[in-house]
Amino acid sequence: MLSSAPSGARVDWLPKLVVAPSFVLGFLFIYGLILWNAYFSVSASRMLPNYEFAGIEPYLQLFASERFQVAARNLAIFGLLFIGGALVLGLLLAVLLDQKIRNEGVLRTIYLYPMALSFIVTGTAWKWILNPGLGIERTVQGWGWTNFTFDWLVDPDKAIYCVAIAGIWQSAGFVMALFLAGLRGIDNTIIQAAQVDGASLPRIYWRILIPSLRPVFFSTIMVLSHIAIKSFDLVMALTAGGPGFATDLPATYMYAMAFTRGQINLGAASATVMLATVAAIVVPYLYSELRSARR
Amino acid sequence: MSRAMPLRNAHTAPAAVQGRSLAWQRGLLWAVLIGFAAFFLAPLYVMVVTSLKSMDEIRGGTLLALPGTLDTSSWGKAWSTACTGTDCQGLRPFFWNSVMIVVPAVLVSTALGGINGYVLSKWKFRGSETLFAMLLFGVFMPLQVVLLPMSQVLGWLGIASSVWGLILVHLLCGLPGTTLFFRNYYAALPDELIKAAMLDGAGFWRIFTRIVLPLSTPIIVVCLIWQFTQIWNDFLFGVVFSGTASKPVTVALNNLANTTSTVKEYNVDMAAALIAGLPTLFVYIVAGRYFVRGLTAGAVKG
Repeated sequence: MLSSAPSGARVDWLPKLVVAPSFVLGFLFIYGLILWNAYFSVSASRMLPNYEFAGIEPYLQLFASERFQVAARNLAIFGLLFIGGALVLGLLLAVLLDQKIRNEGVLRTIYLYPMALSFIVTGTAWKWILNPGLGIERTVQGWGWTNFTFDWLVDPDKAIYCVAIAGIWQSAGFVMALFLAGLRGIDNTIIQAAQVDGASLPRIYWRILIPSLRPVFFSTIMVLSHIAIKSFDLVMALTAGGPGFATDLPATYMYAMAFTRGQINLGAASATVMLATVAAIVVPYLYSELRSARR
Repeated sequence: MSRAMPLRNAHTAPAAVQGRSLAWQRGLLWAVLIGFAAFFLAPLYVMVVTSLKSMDEIRGGTLLALPGTLDTSSWGKAWSTACTGTDCQGLRPFFWNSVMIVVPAVLVSTALGGINGYVLSKWKFRGSETLFAMLLFGVFMPLQVVLLPMSQVLGWLGIASSVWGLILVHLLCGLPGTTLFFRNYYAALPDELIKAAMLDGAGFWRIFTRIVLPLSTPIIVVCLIWQFTQIWNDFLFGVVFSGTASKPVTVALNNLANTTSTVKEYNVDMAAALIAGLPTLFVYIVAGRYFVRGLTAGAVKG
């Protein structure tokens, strides 16, 4: 550590002074606005900000609102499918790519490109592919299966599955990259020893390699769950929350309440609920990461 | 890296049988890998193909069919005359808005992140680790919590609904991430390097500009690419904080694709989507390696 630098007091203040503006602005942005938003969530704000105190009334209203309940239930369905699907597909791709594939770089680039594009961009295509009148449905009918129907996108009970499919498509490559890095980091002698013992390749992966990736699973689930909670573009581009509000997630609910429906305090309350959910997941993670980094 | 090769031990099967089953397994492996590649590429393929078809061909044909005759008119229309909501100047003005937002926000957040990372790794002071952890929470927090108060702040500063407001928000929002990138990168530089320079009488800035910065090229590239991609692709801040004239390209694209008043022109929608996606796609193809490093940095190391 260089904290007690030889030149002593003379330079001691300089590093602090240099980072001070960033920290002051950064903390105002993060914690100042979190508090401010929290105040909105217990205020009487509707169309316009109103600093009159309203107690927990907005929260009671929020949890009683059918639309928010739908959004929360959707988040549970979407979150489970999205995290589970992206994990399974990403891990599968990583294991397959780990088999000394020629052109591995090209395949990796293909699997990962959705992360480099805004979903507003790729969603334009997804919306079209999933559209019953034009997309997969018509294509498969054109191949001869004239009874084939695929209208999940406009079915209020199924549309959320479309959002999950698109979400998995977007994030699986990212999961693959994390697992591939993890697999490459494993000491080869372990594998060679298992091979000498006559273990088959699937068995080596299933019993030795994948279990040893536990920390990667942990951080991947962490990152995926916070992506799930923040998902906004995905829904806006695919369904804009529709049909009705059947595919609302908390993020789109918040946007609708705060900026189009004139219910600022409800929007702020839902944002606070989102924050609390993310914090419950991320704070223990950050704490353990920083502790282990210090050791 | 020999884990993949011997799929079976030599003594469990005669060499010929082993060879045949190996070839069979490799074939299957390739089929699966290519199948997934097709799944990932399908939306991009559909966008490119559709953008090159005329509307008649789109109505008559299928999703996956190649265009019979190349019709590039939808690209021109998407760029300069398509309607994004009420005005019909194509994506062009909004594309330039995005450029105007991205360039300063990326440069300033990277520069500040570099200096912060330098201090937080090589000039640690009491409490600096805690401060860093607190700043790091900004990488993870749902941005929904800043939307309402920030629109008030931008109003008071007189930069609501302007490109300047978006620059400021992106800059502040990017700061925790860029600080994280540089801090982790500089943590791996040996402390002896800094100590030796100090003994030679070099000070805080001199060490930074003469020793640390020349070693920083990879992380600067990672940071620039990451910030560029994030800010260019942003939709949430764009839709909340922009005005009619300061919309970024993603918001204009969304308006264009969701305009329902006129007859839907899918070829123009797809061309517009490609135009909005090209800058980040280009950067990804040219410098994907650095993009992946940025992507994994946040997840692997906190």
